[in-house]
Amino acid sequence: MEPILKARNLVKRYGRVVALDHCDFELMPGEILAVIGDNGAGKSTLIKAISGAVTPDEGEIWLEGRKIGFSSPLEARGAGIETVYQTLAMSPALSIADNMFMGRELRKPGIMGSLFRQLDRPAMEKFARDKLTELGLMTIQNINQAVETLSGGQRQGVAVARAAAFGSKVVILDEPTAALGVKESRRVLELISDVRSRGIPIILISHNMPHVFEVADRIHIHRLGRRLCVIKPGDYTMSDAVAFMTGAKEAPGAAEAA
Amino acid sequence: MASESGTTNSYESAIKGSPDAVAEFTQRRSAVHSFQHLLHQTPSLVPLIVLLAAVAVFAALLGAKFFSPFTLTLILQQVAITGIVGAAQSVVILTAGIDLSVGAIMVLSSVVMGQFTFRYGLPPAFAVLCGFACGALMGFINGTLVARMKLPPFIVTLGMWQIVLATNFLYSANETIRSQDITEQAPILQLFGESFRIGGAVFTYGVVAMLVLVLVLSYVLRHTAWGRHVYAVGDDPDAAELAGVQVSRVLVTVYVLSGLICALAGWVLIGRLGSVSPTAGQFANIESITAVVIGGISLFGGRGSILGMLFGALIVGVFSLGLKMLGTDPQWTYLLIGALIIGAVAVDQWIRKVAA
Repeated sequence: MEPILKARNLVKRYGRVVALDHCDFELMPGEILAVIGDNGAGKSTLIKAISGAVTPDEGEIWLEGRKIGFSSPLEARGAGIETVYQTLAMSPALSIADNMFMGRELRKPGIMGSLFRQLDRPAMEKFARDKLTELGLMTIQNINQAVETLSGGQRQGVAVARAAAFGSKVVILDEPTAALGVKESRRVLELISDVRSRGIPIILISHNMPHVFEVADRIHIHRLGRRLCVIKPGDYTMSDAVAFMTGAKEAPGAAEAA
Repeated sequence: MASESGTTNSYESAIKGSPDAVAEFTQRRSAVHSFQHLLHQTPSLVPLIVLLAAVAVFAALLGAKFFSPFTLTLILQQVAITGIVGAAQSVVILTAGIDLSVGAIMVLSSVVMGQFTFRYGLPPAFAVLCGFACGALMGFINGTLVARMKLPPFIVTLGMWQIVLATNFLYSANETIRSQDITEQAPILQLFGESFRIGGAVFTYGVVAMLVLVLVLSYVLRHTAWGRHVYAVGDDPDAAELAGVQVSRVLVTVYVLSGLICALAGWVLIGRLGSVSPTAGQFANIESITAVVIGGISLFGGRGSILGMLFGALIVGVFSLGLKMLGTDPQWTYLLIGALIIGAVAVDQWIRKVAA
């Protein structure tokens, strides 16, 4: 099977720091691929390179066999790659609906939309409410309340709902459960499975080993700016994975991956 | 963490019996709380309350002399320039920027309108268009330096203020175009000085221009995607960029719009003065920032409404005229306005705490 998203020899340097060192990456259709690695291993840079937030110095990326080179997150989004950043990328003073549609607002039909550029608030609010209900987040009573009045978990929920609603090819989640309580984490994990069952592959960056081992089909272990190995959760234990990513143990097939 | 392997998530089974509700909003709000929330949602309410209170106080002190259609519309006429320049300042400050060059751009645009007509003999209507082009160009320079070169708006517009003002004096040779000449040869330049009466109320076209401008901008900021992007950029530019807003483009358009509005202010200024004077409007930048701050727009960006700016400008107008009619020393006006500025920012901080 051909990977839906493939990267070869990605290099990214920040001054003298090499964040990505000839890194490879593959995402298969319909799978959940977890990316794990120690702090500073270059996970975030890898994700940013794929989502268009960072342009790699060298290397190539293919989406569905076509070569791509995004210069902004907007272009990646246009191609169907949707990302939930660790910082969530939301405007605190704006409403939930405004945030969900940021950069892709709906306009009123007819002359009010085409000439006066008026936003179609009712349609945007209905869509936002539906998506939040799917995620079980409708304890949020007012879709027009400012995002800054939400709790951390609710904000995370809104960000995940936004990505799930618009991601058509790939959804990238950077630490989606890091700020959440036990129950809210469970909801997000269920949502991840929901999105996968719609056939959309997911890249999940997480430090939470139980979550990774529960939902991931394959685990990409990142170390020192490159892919160390890819394992199946059934074949190894969590302690093995931690040992590989910290370098405590020789990784399987590390010789050819490096 | 590694020792947990094998017993994946068994600790989560404990939550099955727990209630489903997650972090519900309790209605624990006192009257003060609900008031704080109301202000959070409608930031222009504070200046509106202050404005109405100020009008009521002066009406009580001065009676019909103050509280008459003529006097109240006189205040509108006196704040027309500040209100228009304040609208330009508002859109810039909403992006967490500041534009110190608004007054200079206004004056240069008015000089271009006048000199192009009288020095080069161009049709006055065309000269007005050139004035607008001049304003837009100055705004474009500001916007490009802020958005593409990533220079701080304060520094960019501080520099442009000096540059534009010097250009204005060099180009005009410090020469005033007299009112009679304009009336005879290019009355369109004085268009906004013309007035009409409704009962005792006197409205100049300049006042109408200010009101229409504020209403249009209020619609654009609230009901179009571009307007929402202005707020998002002011709130958190990095988040806006990641969420898919073209931050640089929004910033450039904001400064260009600011320049265009300043050119409109320059045209209205000719109507108000009658003449074209390169030394007019020296304090327009400070007055516009005062109106914006008293109007409850946050200098940190992303919060406030342009209607608030209009109320802020009117508050200053009411205080100036009211205290003058009371016969007090004009310094009292400045003292009170200074206190209002500090009070407005304190209220802004208090409203922000609603989120915490």
